[in-house]
Amino acid sequence: MADMEVIDMASSGRYTRPNFNLLLLIVHQLGLKLYTVEGVWPLPQSFTSSAERYSLNPQAFHFGYGGQSAAQQGCSVLDAAFKRYVSLIFPDYISASVVPRFNEDKPFTLRISVDRDDCNSYPNEDSSERYNLSVSARRASLHAETVWGAVRGLETFSQLVYQDDFGSYFVNKTEIEDFPRFQFRGILLDTSRHYLPVQAILKTLDAMAYSKFNVFHWHIVDDPSFPYQSRTFPDLSSKGAFHPMTHIYTQSDVRRVISYARLRGIRVLPEFDSPGHTKSWGKGQSNLLTPCYKWGTPSGTFGPVNPALPSTYQFMERLFKEVSSVFPDSYIHLGGDEVDVSCWRSNPYVRAFMEKMGFGEDFTKLEAFYMEKIVNITSALNKISIVWQDVFEYHEQRSSLSVVEVWREGCYLCEVHRVTKAGLRVILASPWYLDQPGPTHNWARFYTVWPLAFKGTEEQKKLVIGGEVCMWGEYVDATNLTPRLWPKASAAAERLWSDEKQTASVDEAFPRLQDFRCKLLRRGIQAEPLYVGHCRHEYQGV
Amino acid sequence: MSSINMTASLKFAALLLVFSACRGFQYNDVDIDEEAELVAQPSKYGSLWPLPQKVQISEVSFKLTSITFKIVDAKASSAGPSCGLLQDAYRRYYEYMFGGAKRQGPSKSRRAGPSEVTELQVWITSPDAECDGYPGLTSDESYELSVDQPYAVLKAPKVWGALHGLETFSQLVYEDEYGAKSINSTTVSDFPRFAHRGILLDSSRHFLPIKVILANLETMAMNKFNVFHWHIVDDPSFPYLSRTFPQLSQQGAYHPYTHVYTPADVKMVIEFARLRGIRVIPEFDTPGHTQSWGKGQADLLTPCYSGSTPSGTFGPVNPILNTTYDFMKQFFKEISAVFPDAYVHLGGDEVDFTCWKSNPDIQRFMEQHGFEQDYSKLESFYIQRLLDIVTATKKGYVIWQEVFDNGVKLKSDTVVHVWIGSETNEEMRKVTAAGYTTILSAPWYLDYISYAQDWQKYYKVEPLNFDGTEEQKKLVIGGEACLWGEYVDATNLTPRLWPRASAVAERLWSAKDVTDISDAYNRLSMHRCRMVERGIPAEPLFSSYCPREYKGF
Repeated sequence: MADMEVIDMASSGRYTRPNFNLLLLIVHQLGLKLYTVEGVWPLPQSFTSSAERYSLNPQAFHFGYGGQSAAQQGCSVLDAAFKRYVSLIFPDYISASVVPRFNEDKPFTLRISVDRDDCNSYPNEDSSERYNLSVSARRASLHAETVWGAVRGLETFSQLVYQDDFGSYFVNKTEIEDFPRFQFRGILLDTSRHYLPVQAILKTLDAMAYSKFNVFHWHIVDDPSFPYQSRTFPDLSSKGAFHPMTHIYTQSDVRRVISYARLRGIRVLPEFDSPGHTKSWGKGQSNLLTPCYKWGTPSGTFGPVNPALPSTYQFMERLFKEVSSVFPDSYIHLGGDEVDVSCWRSNPYVRAFMEKMGFGEDFTKLEAFYMEKIVNITSALNKISIVWQDVFEYHEQRSSLSVVEVWREGCYLCEVHRVTKAGLRVILASPWYLDQPGPTHNWARFYTVWPLAFKGTEEQKKLVIGGEVCMWGEYVDATNLTPRLWPKASAAAERLWSDEKQTASVDEAFPRLQDFRCKLLRRGIQAEPLYVGHCRHEYQGV
Repeated sequence: MSSINMTASLKFAALLLVFSACRGFQYNDVDIDEEAELVAQPSKYGSLWPLPQKVQISEVSFKLTSITFKIVDAKASSAGPSCGLLQDAYRRYYEYMFGGAKRQGPSKSRRAGPSEVTELQVWITSPDAECDGYPGLTSDESYELSVDQPYAVLKAPKVWGALHGLETFSQLVYEDEYGAKSINSTTVSDFPRFAHRGILLDSSRHFLPIKVILANLETMAMNKFNVFHWHIVDDPSFPYLSRTFPQLSQQGAYHPYTHVYTPADVKMVIEFARLRGIRVIPEFDTPGHTQSWGKGQADLLTPCYSGSTPSGTFGPVNPILNTTYDFMKQFFKEISAVFPDAYVHLGGDEVDFTCWKSNPDIQRFMEQHGFEQDYSKLESFYIQRLLDIVTATKKGYVIWQEVFDNGVKLKSDTVVHVWIGSETNEEMRKVTAAGYTTILSAPWYLDYISYAQDWQKYYKVEPLNFDGTEEQKKLVIGGEACLWGEYVDATNLTPRLWPRASAVAERLWSAKDVTDISDAYNRLSMHRCRMVERGIPAEPLFSSYCPREYKGF
């Protein structure tokens, strides 16, 4: 097949007509501007490359396990990765058995060795993603502490390979030592405001792996709908989903997402946001939400979760017990944001409870009381909880909190400073609300973010464990999710992975990101353009 | 035969069971109040979009089934089986209504029920149906629809009205609680408020594969748009493959083979559009916005000077060379033959005079012609010669507003396209006061995006909201939603355009007093779900769901 392609190109293109653009491309290649290690997104921490290049033939290319590697053939994560990456490295390559190639092509082997056999585990907060990659004549070696690091290294290798105008594949002599700047690099998808078909989630996981994201924050339920099919409380989705059959995630859907993510070194962090953002929960679980009152009688509408009833905590305990066993990650997101207390205030039973507890008129105390209980429930299940910054702000007993996600606009670094000063870990989301397109199409605003640019001790800075791109669902569903997310999320990905000094310039990043978005298109990811221009292979869908 | 029918009806029964089960689930125990917050309320006009001029929907409902229902030519119709345009449309709408379901056996074997619509009879009433013609600015797009049992009748003077009527009929069909197709007894009398209802797509800043263009023509028809303004070339690239000057795309396209529109592609677009009652107006914008032209046509652009020597860069088309006009003559001769529409868009916007000013030959020419330092006079000189050239090809023309603003002498039948966002009403007043026909785009630049429901902003525009006489207002023939291509290509075009452009569609089609935003929201939510169901990734208006979500990955 590759031979056919070459003949085709020669007779129709290059030799019939001198073309300024093509000449430029060649100059670029010789000057090694486009097709060197700089073509890797996000930029590796340390690398050297030379103009020396080696041709690769898909049929004489092999993956292999190093003799010293703790993981060997049969490692589920790496075997699956080899299968994926052979077609990512050679996008035109269809089948090995079609056309016999010239024998003169010497084999090229990418040998992988890892220090630990963690093939059957899940990636977690402590997983090393460090890897070393060395490409030389006829072989490359990839060394990592864990299989997750090896998966990152494979992604890098796939981005180092390029095609010339005749379709032949090349890779340059390269040495890379790489590791992420932040341990937590996430993307939030909201499947409550609009239901996202599983296929849309899996596609996003693919694209996340291409940008070395490692956490899928699944904001699975919220006010508008409850698509998670709980085995303990099936009514939650049968009554709270947009549709009880077609707009839900079954247990097997969830398992599929988790295992798909695992193979790509991505953690799945579920969020069950309460006590606010729970309207849809009330449809399938009576007495869970607070009845709001008007003129002394129930108005028929409902507010946040009712914190005054013991049954609430019994319910939550059972639900979180289930969730903890379904989702293997050691973190769980408990939400806790944007609680509207007016309904609580209207309810005489809630007020009586306030009095009994000595909260006076301070409803933040009630919120704190509720969150404390939920945090304790999940701690007892051995989960580390993440909460939105609101909880940090109203919570007096901050010692019970662990990780705070900062999401509000304004001086978000001030908040990062406060949270880290209290000794809590931080995930930063404020600068990366991608669902808000804004008046400009400026991708750079997601790139020129400096998460540690606050006055604080080294200890404080270490508490910033990472950041997260949020794609809220008010205006987003499967029709527009992918182009809204990519390649803007990739800008955030580089900020979270790469060295800040080496990636401070928007001008230097721009052509690299343009190149990377064409790679995404080539891989079938519907990533939107940054500006005027073209990709050799345009998106062919609608 | 009968055994086949047995299986078919058994399957049908099974389907019914499934449907009733889900529906039961969905509607039992649902808190009505909360439902109101999440899901649009049904409008009394159902999912009609854009809203017809006159419509009456009664409570009486009839069934339709894929087995008995047919769309047929009425006996008295002036169009028959030889009218491919209509036959194609019958099939298209049959498939939209019944989800591509095929007839399962002869209709004889299944008797139509008592309250069933079994036929939509399409009656073209004027002697010339215009079946093989092209739609134009003055085409009659009106139609009348009456839905009754056992027959529904769609009457239209021309095929163009019939196409719109078929779309309306398909929008009246809904699923009852058992999933069966139903339609209410309805009468519609409809015609567009404005004759020119367009969408501009820009295939120069990013190349748009043909498939994307066709999908959007299809969606335009669902929204009763009737003009595809094809901004086909511009500074960044020249994808139009010219038979006369093939080097324009050879050198000026992003890629000479993969990023061009061949004559066959262009033909396909025009025919696809015609079959949906859509005109294709190509824009070849000059003298500015022409950087890509210069790559394949030497001496066409003005060489810019820095000091007394050419700087190596080029400006707008060079208006002082005879060769320029010879080129334009041949080029527009080709264009007038390739594009059948009576109009061509000549652009004329955003001409940067600095390069002209730098060029000593141009300065000399200005002097000779007594233009002094007024470069708009030079622009005027160029445009007038261009207009003469285009007039000779028997085409009318549209130009962007600056040509008028710069005082270029225009022919009285010129169409002025208003696009500048500030003082738009004043511009509309001036252009119409000068007696020119006008198209409005200024409030409908859909490439600008903002958070939240910006469709409402497009919806609330009233095109005739400027000071002027009745005569002046009549000169406003319509408007266009523009989707410029700086940040748009095949990856994001469709969801960015739809359903935001649908808001413009209703403003241009429906009566002036159709302004109820919450009724519009209710209908548009359903209309967007219908587009999604028809395979178009139209983005959501707000938190909600469609019964059948987008599946095209």
